[in-house]
Amino acid sequence: MSGMLTSGASDTSGGIGGRVLTDGVDISHRGILYLEGISVSFDGFKALNDLSLTIDAGELRCVIGPNGAGKTTMMDVVTGKTRPDLGTAYFGQTIDLTRLSEPEIADRGIGRKFQKPTVFTNHTVFENLELARKADKRVWPTLTARLDSTAHGRIMAVLETIKLAPEAGRLAGLLSHGQKQWLEIGMLLMQEPQLLLLDEPVAGMTDDETMRSAELFRSLAGDYTLVVVEHDMDFVARIADRVTVLHEGHVLAEGSMQQVQENEQVIEVFLGR
Amino acid sequence: MPWGRAELNAFTRRIVAAARRLGLLCAVALAMPAGAAVAPEAIRDLAFGDGDARSKAIATLGASGDLAALPLLQAVLDGDVKTVGEDRVLLVKGDDATDLLTGKAVKPVPEGVEDLTVNNRMRRELGTALAALKLVSPERATRLAAAKELQNGGADEDTLPAISAALAKEADPEIKGMLALTQAAVQLASTDRTTRLAAVKALAQSDAGATKTLLLGVLDRKAGQFVEADAEVRAEAERSLKAVESRLSTGEMAARIFSGISLGTILLLAALGLAITYGLMGVINMAHGELIMIGAYATYVVQNLFRKYFPGAFDAYLVCAIPVAFAVAAVVGMVLERTVIRWLYGRPLETLLATWGLSLVLIQSVRTIFGAQNVQVENPSWMSGGIEIMTGVVLPWSRIAIIAFAAGVLVLMWLTLTRTRLGLFVRAVTQNRAMASSLGVPTARVDMLAFGLGSGVAGLAGCALSQIGNVGPDLGQSYIVDSFMVVVLGGVGQLAGTVYAALGLGIVNKFLEAWQGAVLAKIAVLVFIIIFIQKRPQGMFALKGRTVEA
Amino acid sequence: MPVGFVPLNLRTGTPNFARLSASATWVALGVAALLIFVVFPVCNLLVPPGSALHISDYWITLFGKIMCYAIVALAMDLIWGYTGILSLGHGLFFALGGYAMGMYLMRSIGHEGVYQSDLPDFMVFLDWKAYPWYWRYTDHFWYAALLVVLVPGLLAFVFGYFAFRSRIKGVYFSIITQALTYAAMLLFFRNDTGFGGNNGFTDFKRILGFPITAPSTRMALFVLTGFALLAFLLIGRAIVDSKLGRVLTAIRDAETRVMFSGYNPLYFKLFIWTLSAVICGIAGALYVPQVGIINPSEMSPANSIEIAIWTAVGGRGTLIGPVIGAAVVNLGKSWFTQTLPEYWLFALGLLFILVTLFLPRGIAGLWKRRTS
Repeated sequence: MSGMLTSGASDTSGGIGGRVLTDGVDISHRGILYLEGISVSFDGFKALNDLSLTIDAGELRCVIGPNGAGKTTMMDVVTGKTRPDLGTAYFGQTIDLTRLSEPEIADRGIGRKFQKPTVFTNHTVFENLELARKADKRVWPTLTARLDSTAHGRIMAVLETIKLAPEAGRLAGLLSHGQKQWLEIGMLLMQEPQLLLLDEPVAGMTDDETMRSAELFRSLAGDYTLVVVEHDMDFVARIADRVTVLHEGHVLAEGSMQQVQENEQVIEVFLGR
Repeated sequence: MPWGRAELNAFTRRIVAAARRLGLLCAVALAMPAGAAVAPEAIRDLAFGDGDARSKAIATLGASGDLAALPLLQAVLDGDVKTVGEDRVLLVKGDDATDLLTGKAVKPVPEGVEDLTVNNRMRRELGTALAALKLVSPERATRLAAAKELQNGGADEDTLPAISAALAKEADPEIKGMLALTQAAVQLASTDRTTRLAAVKALAQSDAGATKTLLLGVLDRKAGQFVEADAEVRAEAERSLKAVESRLSTGEMAARIFSGISLGTILLLAALGLAITYGLMGVINMAHGELIMIGAYATYVVQNLFRKYFPGAFDAYLVCAIPVAFAVAAVVGMVLERTVIRWLYGRPLETLLATWGLSLVLIQSVRTIFGAQNVQVENPSWMSGGIEIMTGVVLPWSRIAIIAFAAGVLVLMWLTLTRTRLGLFVRAVTQNRAMASSLGVPTARVDMLAFGLGSGVAGLAGCALSQIGNVGPDLGQSYIVDSFMVVVLGGVGQLAGTVYAALGLGIVNKFLEAWQGAVLAKIAVLVFIIIFIQKRPQGMFALKGRTVEA
Repeated sequence: MPVGFVPLNLRTGTPNFARLSASATWVALGVAALLIFVVFPVCNLLVPPGSALHISDYWITLFGKIMCYAIVALAMDLIWGYTGILSLGHGLFFALGGYAMGMYLMRSIGHEGVYQSDLPDFMVFLDWKAYPWYWRYTDHFWYAALLVVLVPGLLAFVFGYFAFRSRIKGVYFSIITQALTYAAMLLFFRNDTGFGGNNGFTDFKRILGFPITAPSTRMALFVLTGFALLAFLLIGRAIVDSKLGRVLTAIRDAETRVMFSGYNPLYFKLFIWTLSAVICGIAGALYVPQVGIINPSEMSPANSIEIAIWTAVGGRGTLIGPVIGAAVVNLGKSWFTQTLPEYWLFALGLLFILVTLFLPRGIAGLWKRRTS
C-alpha cells in the first residue's frame, strides 16, 4: 500500500494512513528531503521546471523567489497535494512521496503550514492542539480516544512554546491573525513531524511578533528540519542556515544568505527586469 | 336457386359492359350530379340487387376509373340514397330529392321513402371502390390520401387493376412509390410465380415497416412447410428483406439520433441559464425550474392575447412570445436576486435551501393564478407536421425549430459574454470579486443583471418547451434534476462544457431509452455521472489550476 | 490560574464550558422519558375517552410520526450540522428502511388480502406467480430487521465511498444525492420493480402477530419510537462530544487542515454518513407500521429537502435543535393542511427563505442567545 522497501533503520510498520509510526525517517545519509528533476505543468503553464534540491536533516532552509516561482507548488508536491509530471521526491532514503496521500504523508512526519492560517475556527485553542496531536488517527481509535495526562502535558508544553497558554479556552476563530499563525505552528508541533514546511509564516505579523517567530524557529531547528518560504528578507537573513532561490520553477541559486545576495543572477532576477 | 357458372359469367359480363358504357358516359358528363352519368342498371343493382349483385356493382364502379361514380358511391355511404317502392332510386338531401335514374329533381319528397341499408361488408367495399376512384382524381391530395388508405389495407385482387391503372398514369413520386408497393403486396398473393417474383424484387425498394412483415410472411412456415413453395422466390424475398431491414434500421438510427439531439438542445436551453448563474456566480438556484415554467406560462398568456385580439395573426404569437418570456423570467429572476439571493452569496448551501423555498412559493403562486391543471399551448401552424425522411419516420418541425433556436440562443449568449461590457464585468466579478469591485465594477448591479440574464434564458427554454410538451405548475420540477446533471457533468466556467454535456446526455439518454426503457436509462445516466465525476470532479470542462477550495 | 484559563475535563479533554448545560440536559431527558414512557401510555390506554386528560389515538399516531421525523432530523444534523455534508436525498434511506419493514408487513397479511392469495395483492394483480428472489425470507421479522439496517447502510456506504473518494463536495454533492433519490423514486414507481409500484405497500394487518391497528400495538410502537429517539440522542451526544466528533466539525470547517494533520477525511465522513443512513432506515421502519403505508413519493426530492429545513429551523449542530425543528415544522404542516391547505406550500416556502436569511442558527440559536 505504501510501496515502501524495508531497509536499515527505516520504518516498516506498514503505514496505513493514520497509524502512529514508531520510528522516524531514514536519515542515515544526512538528507531528509530529496527532490530530483521535478516538473509540474498546469494547463500548459510550467509551474516547476526540472527542480532539484536536497534538504539536510536539522537544517533551517529558506526558500525565496519572486511570485509565481513555484514555491507553493513545490510544497504541494512534497505534501502530496499535487503529483509531479516528472521527477522523484523522497522523504529520507526510502519514503516515496509521490505515491502517498496527504494524510499518509502528514503521518510520516511532514507538517505543513499554509499561507493563510487554517485553524479550526469553531474549536478552542486547546482542542485545536488536541486534534493535531500525534496519535492513531483511524476512525475507531479516534472515537474511543481519551486524553491522558501525558497527552495533556504535551499540549500544555506546546501552549507554552507558542505563548498561547492564556487563550487555551478561547475559540480559535476569535484569535488575532498573528495568534492564528502561531496556533497553526503549534498544531504542527503537536504532530511531532520531522520536517516542517512553513509557507509565509510571518505574513501579516507585527515586528514584535516577527521577532518572536524568528526566535521560535531558530529554537526548533536542529531537533526539527524547517523549510520556510518567505518574502521578508530581514527575517530570512536572521533565521536561515542556507537559502535557496527559485525562479520560474527552477533553482536559481543556493548557499548562505550572503552568497545568495551577492549572486549576479539573483540580483538581476530580483532587482533587474 | 344457386346460379351456375354460366349465369355468373353472364351476369359479370353484363356488369362489366355496363361499366364500360358508364366510362364512356362519364367522359362526357363529368360534372353532372351524382348518378347522372352512371348506368341505370348499376344504380338499380346497387339499390335493389342482393348482396352479391351489390358487391359486384360497387367493385366494378370502383375499378372503372369513372369519376362520375364518386359522388354516387359517396352518397350511398353517407346514407343519402333512398328507395321508393321497387323502381325509384332517389338522392335525398334535406328537402331536395333527385331521381337518380332519370336525373330529374323530385318535388316534394315522396312518401314511403326507404333507407338503403348499408351493412359493414358493403361499407368496406364502398370504401375500397371510392379509394380506387380517388386514385385517379385530378387533386393530388385526394390521390395521396387514397393511396395511403389502400396501402394500409383495403387493397386486394379486385382493386389491383385500378391500382395498376393509376400507377401507369401517376407522375408524383411519392404516390407512385406507395402505389407500387401496394401493387407488389397484392401481387405477392398471386398464383402466378413470375408475378410473385417480380413483386418480391419490387418490395426491396420499400422503406415501410409493413413491407418487412409482408416479406417475413413470404418466408413463413406453417406446420413445418414453407408457405411460399418456390425456392427462388424465397431467396429473392430474403435478399429484399435484408435490404429493407437495413434501410429500416438506418431510419431508426437517424430518428434516434435526431431525438437525442432534440432532447440535448432542450437540456441545453434548460441548463444554460443554470450554468451561467452557478458557473459564473456560484449560486445554485433551485428555483431555476420555476423560471422555465414562468417562461412557458408567459408564452401561454401571449398566445391567449393573440387569440383574443389578433386572431388573424395567431401564427405570429410565438415570435412575440420569445422576448416576452425572456423579459418576464429575467424580471422575476432579478427580483429574486435582489430580495433573497444577494444576501446569501458565499453561502452556497443556504442559497440552495432558500431558492428551494422560492420555488415552492412560485409554484403555488402559479397554481393559484392559473389553476393546478395543465394549460393548452398550441403550436402555430408553421410548426406542425415535419419532414418525413422515411415511411413512418417523421422529424417534427417543432423540434427542428427548437434546435435552431437553441443554437441561436447559444450564439447570442456567447456574444454577450465575450463581446459586451456586461459580459466582461460578469467574468471579472466571477474571477475576483474584490478586485473587480475595487476597480470600479458595480458588482451588485452586475450580479443582478447576470442573474437576470441566466433567468431570461430559462424563460426562453420554457417558451420552447411549451411547444412540445404540457405546460403546468410542475413543469420546472421535471427539468431541474436534468439541468443540474448537465452542469455537474459539463463543468463550470465555460459554455462549451454545458453544450457537450447537454448534447451528450440527450443522445446517450435516448439510446439507452431505446434499449432499456426511460427509467433505467435515467438511472444509468446518473450512475455514469457519479463514476465520471470520480475521474474528473470538476466536470468535463472547468477552470483548472490552483483554485480556492470550496 | 492565569486569567481566562478554563478548567479542563481530563476525561475527554473538553473544556467545561461546552458542557455547562449538562445538568439541564439530564433534566430535559428525564422529562421526555416520563412523557413518553408514562404519561402518554396512561392517558391513552388507561384514561377513558371523554375525559379531559385522554390523549386520543390521533395524537399518538401524529406524535409517533413526528418522533420518527425527529430521528431523521437528528441523523441529518450529524452529517450536516456537524460534518458539513448537506444531503438532499436522505429521505431515500428513510424510505428504504420503511420498504424493508413493509415487505415483512406485507408478508404478514397472509391470506387476508383482497385476492386471498399467498402473494400480496399487487403481485396477483401483475399476474406474478411467485415471490421474486429479493423477497425471500422477508416473512421472518429478524431478516426484515436486518434488511432495515443493511440496505440503507450498504447503499450509503458504497455511494459515500465513491462520492467522498472523488472529493465531491458542497453543492455538487447535494445535487448528486438529489439525483440519487430521484432515480430511486422513478425505479420504485415501476410496477416491474416488485415493490407495489406507485401504490406501494398498504393495508397491513398485523405485526409480530399483534393486530396492527389495536391501541396496544400502536402504543407499543409509539413507546419504541420514543425510546429510539432518546437512545439516538444519547448516542449522538456521545459521538459529537468525543474526539471523533471534534474531527467531524474540523472537517466541516477546514478539511485541508484535517488532512494535513494526518486524518483521512474519507473514513470519517463515510462513518458518520453510513451511521446517519442506518438511523434513517430504522426511523423509516418505525414509521411504516404507525402510518400504515409506504410508497415511492417518500423518496421524492421534495421530501428530502424538507428534512433539511427541519434541521435548519431547529438549529444545526445542536442535536436537540433539529428534533425541535422537526416537531415544529410538522405540527405546523399538520395544522396548515387541515385548515388552510392552499397556503401550506406558501408557508413552507417562506419558512425556507426566512430561516436561511434571518435565523441561520435556528431556534436553538435563539435560545443560546437568550441564555448567554
